[in-house]
Amino acid sequence: MKVPVPWLRELVGLPDSVTTEELAARLTAFDLKLEEIAGGQLSGPLVVGRVLSAVPEPQKNGKTINWCRVDVGPEHNDPATGDVPAGRGIVCGAHNFGPGDLVVVSLPGTFLPSLGFEISARKTYGHVSDGMICSTAELGLPGGDQGGILVLEPGLAEPGDDAIALLGLNDETLDLEVNPDRGYAWSLRGVGRDAALAFGLAFRDPADIAVTDVEGEGYPVVVEDPQACPVFVTRRVTGIDPTRPTPEWMARRLVQAGMRSISLTVDISNYVMLELGQPNHAYDAAKLSGPITVRRARAGERLTTLDDVERELDPADLLICDDEGPVGLAGIMGAAHVEIDDTTTDVVIEAAYFDRSTVARAARRHKLSSEAARRFERGVDPALQARVAQRVAELLVEHGGGRIEPGLTVVGEVGARPAVTLPVDLPRRIAGVPSIDVDVSVAALRGNDCEVQVQGDQLVVTPPSWRFDLNDPYDVVEEVLRVVGYDQVPSVLPQAPGGRGLTRAQELRRRVGYALAGAGLVEVKTFPFAGEEDFDKLGLPADDERRRQVLLENPLSAQEPGLTTTLLTGLLRAAGLNVGRGHDDVALTEMGRVFRIRDDSPHAPIYGVDRRPTDDELAVLDAALPDQPLMAAWTMLGQREKRGWAGPGRDATWADAIAVATRLAEALHVDLAVEAVALAPFHPGRCAAFLLDGEVVGHAGELHPKVLEAYGLPARGVAGEVNLDALIGAAPDLGPRPVFSAYPVAKEDLAFVVDQSVRAGDLQDALAGSGPLVESVRLFDIYAGDQVPTGKKSLAFNVRLRAADHTLTDAEITEARAAAVETASRFGATLR
Amino acid sequence: MSAPNSDYDPVEVTPLRADEVERMRDAALAAIAAADSVEALKQVKIDHVGDRSPLALANREIGALPPQARKEAGQRVGQARGAVNKALAERTAQVEAAEFDRRLAEEAVDVTVPVDMEPVGARHPLTTIQDHVADIFVAMGWEIAEGPEVEAEWLNFDALNLGPDHPARTMMDTFWVAPAEAAMVLRTHTSPVQARTMLTRKPPIYIACPGRVFRTDEPDATHAPVFHQVEGLAIDEGLSMAHLKGTLDHLATAIYGEGTTTRFRPSYFPFTEPSAEVDLLCYVCRNDPAQVADCPTCRGEGWVEWGGCGVVNPRVLIACGVDPERYSGFAFGMGLDRTITSRYDIADLRDLWDGDIRFTEPFGIGL
Repeated sequence: MKVPVPWLRELVGLPDSVTTEELAARLTAFDLKLEEIAGGQLSGPLVVGRVLSAVPEPQKNGKTINWCRVDVGPEHNDPATGDVPAGRGIVCGAHNFGPGDLVVVSLPGTFLPSLGFEISARKTYGHVSDGMICSTAELGLPGGDQGGILVLEPGLAEPGDDAIALLGLNDETLDLEVNPDRGYAWSLRGVGRDAALAFGLAFRDPADIAVTDVEGEGYPVVVEDPQACPVFVTRRVTGIDPTRPTPEWMARRLVQAGMRSISLTVDISNYVMLELGQPNHAYDAAKLSGPITVRRARAGERLTTLDDVERELDPADLLICDDEGPVGLAGIMGAAHVEIDDTTTDVVIEAAYFDRSTVARAARRHKLSSEAARRFERGVDPALQARVAQRVAELLVEHGGGRIEPGLTVVGEVGARPAVTLPVDLPRRIAGVPSIDVDVSVAALRGNDCEVQVQGDQLVVTPPSWRFDLNDPYDVVEEVLRVVGYDQVPSVLPQAPGGRGLTRAQELRRRVGYALAGAGLVEVKTFPFAGEEDFDKLGLPADDERRRQVLLENPLSAQEPGLTTTLLTGLLRAAGLNVGRGHDDVALTEMGRVFRIRDDSPHAPIYGVDRRPTDDELAVLDAALPDQPLMAAWTMLGQREKRGWAGPGRDATWADAIAVATRLAEALHVDLAVEAVALAPFHPGRCAAFLLDGEVVGHAGELHPKVLEAYGLPARGVAGEVNLDALIGAAPDLGPRPVFSAYPVAKEDLAFVVDQSVRAGDLQDALAGSGPLVESVRLFDIYAGDQVPTGKKSLAFNVRLRAADHTLTDAEITEARAAAVETASRFGATLR
Repeated sequence: MSAPNSDYDPVEVTPLRADEVERMRDAALAAIAAADSVEALKQVKIDHVGDRSPLALANREIGALPPQARKEAGQRVGQARGAVNKALAERTAQVEAAEFDRRLAEEAVDVTVPVDMEPVGARHPLTTIQDHVADIFVAMGWEIAEGPEVEAEWLNFDALNLGPDHPARTMMDTFWVAPAEAAMVLRTHTSPVQARTMLTRKPPIYIACPGRVFRTDEPDATHAPVFHQVEGLAIDEGLSMAHLKGTLDHLATAIYGEGTTTRFRPSYFPFTEPSAEVDLLCYVCRNDPAQVADCPTCRGEGWVEWGGCGVVNPRVLIACGVDPERYSGFAFGMGLDRTITSRYDIADLRDLWDGDIRFTEPFGIGL
């Protein structure tokens, strides 16, 4: 809400000693938060001048400039020389003025905020231009660029007069952020009332208007839907002179409040809306046919609103109609065909009170917000309509020469707001401010125009008609606290009962985070949005589950219409960005949720709020939500260990990608089985699936060459992703008990020749289980070549044998070794 | 070897003469002193201590002496051999130590060469700050609660007193899940976690909910469609705005250091009543009159906006099954992304989301 400060000062009777900053600070403390103080930056000398002569001088560039002599008053004039009279020489490019006109001149040293710099004397077009003749736009006045040079009415001022004061050019405007519960503050009346309360001044209500000539019909009205339109008032004004201009002060206030000055009748309507907060409408009486009907729209009805948009109406839309059809979308915007124009002399003034939700829904439906809709949505004073119509009518009489027609139509009435009853000590208890006693509360509430009665230990508070925010006891507490001051709230640290610390899952998630960092991965965060293009780049088949996204109604971009199903979409994009920025070796990780549609999930119900939903109802809510597991993903490109003086370094391989998963599993003490699979976006022969009790919980491996190409990543890049919820869910409460023996170890190296198809991991696992003395088995060499037959390979293992309770004998070692060889023979392995 | 000396004339046995033993000893000692390597000492040992050395040979002659002469000769040769052995041991230790030192000196390296061959990981500051804030709450005896990011409309709005026509709803810039009838949203705040906690737990409740939230803001230098919040909720008997202030003051101090106080400004949120915005004493200039005017962080205000808060609206308590006659509570929420950008002077919010490793790396594994 933009509030012109002089207007507010006048309304409140604020002493001059109160600065604009003080005013803003007090309003902010009263829940009308200052966003910005605008204006007040202009500084002179900006003076009235009389054009003495203007000589057109055509220029080589095709323009014609005026070389002017301007009388800017004895204080600022250069003395007369020869036949050149006292004044200043000024070059001006505009032509809508001439000798004898009164203009506004910014002399050197003037700062105009619209230009952003200080005017100085400068040489141009062969003259020294000693100032500037100002346009309306340069002065920030209504009219904008079309206005050209501002020519003042003759006799308004004398050359040399200060134009800043004359035109109110330095008026300040408060831009206040009005919270949605304080609809009343969308008016000077509402802001003024709070300002008066904040400064302890008696408030004179500008809506205190005597309504005259009430006998008879103003303009006939039928309200078919009194729920949606509880009050509708009409009154007529005739004989308006359509050529009368809007008074300059009114136009200025409108512009300062962020509106445009359009025509006298429209400006008065808007001015009264700003002043009293009640949107109102003036119809051209000549264009209305028959009585006004307020009704819901009919299917297929259409309406062209004032913004020249033809709208298809919804049966829930509330309309203002005449015999011909709709003339306005109630509370939002009038129709183009009954608009005031420059021949309008007779008008029908409408001032109504519409149901807040009806207006809000229609405005949302038509994506049409207006100054009127904004106010109706937040609630206008339902006791104000007749007085607003009167105010508009009187201004039309005063400034437009019109005549108020006898008769006033008032349909409907809204009763007083219901009283709120609360314990007298509730404000003190909830605000936590010890000084708030019953007297403080009562005074604060009466200051807010509430009627207050103390009945025993209860306060009975009846809010004024315009306070839609006062419904519950706690609402009343806020009003008391607002007056007492939020700065009065003391600081008391509550003592929570002992908590249980982080949950196991929360702890383990942190552990995973540190394990990923410990694996040399740099964590990134990406937006979880994706689309077909991303899945194509990953090479996902058409029927891949991961293409089934949770879609959004209003995605930011059509390329990313929904939520991602894999962290790799964001991670590989980030990897591409790094490579593009010249990083050769990149190792990234992300932890985050992905989203997967659940088949046949119901829509989420909307329950009432007057009670807790039952457990069954809550279960239905949860069943509607998509799966959203927490995942961890990683990618490694380029070198895993850096080349340098110590050696050639080592490239990241599929093995590194798998190792990250096993490292996470170890960190969580879970056993992950590894299986070879072919799955996008991985190289079909270099991808591992991770299984937890037979369930696949992730994949890792080398990325498919085409995927690497699609993302602009270097060859042999690798990646992986696991479901952390699954891993963490499987983590035992306690890790394994450490078991080890202090007796000597016996180390045996065993090399086997096996078929190429034998999987080393399987053989290693089998060897590890080949006898009770086997402490560990580790593959240390794989060989295929001349030394072994074609189709075969050699696998060499380092086997460590140890007993828990004695030193091994040679016989035991021989036996254990034989058992290992025997076990290996089941894989067709022969000792090499 | 000579034949037994039956005449008893020790002087007859030349190698056992005192002057001869002395000469052999001195020769050995001189050779030991002259040896300057382990190699040379090996030879010296052979020459002067070994089986064929003069002193060893002389020692054998002792047996040839008459018994009454053996003692003196034995003592003489023994002392000489002892002196030689001792000198040899000392010299050996000396030479070995010198050689060891020399070898170590030769093994010296240039320790200034780059040593970062192993990859070094780092955690994103938004992760770390969420952990840090969680720890502050846990230390106060609070617990950390969580909930889904795709959330039911009822929990994100209705249960929080944001009815379908509430003007504040449209101010939330909500991502809606398709189709709209599904009545699901990307949560616009972590408040549904508060509602879920109240729906499933009995008071007293003291919880904080850090997490990722969503608004339909096009990404630019100061906006992102995804950001992080931490919200807190306390429900207990007798809680007031004063307890809210105490909690926020404590949190401010824990995050921004001693002396960081807060102030309330009235505001409006449907889920709290009374509601306030909370400002933080500027952690850069501390509202110091000498500095505040030029402070880039608070732009001369002395205070920086921190978050929203208030006393939980009893309507929310009712929808979530908490008895408003018995319990009251407070709630608050603040953005964490801005905590990072403002404290580290990060001008462009997109840096947090682009994934450039140079953004995360400097944070290491902790702030």
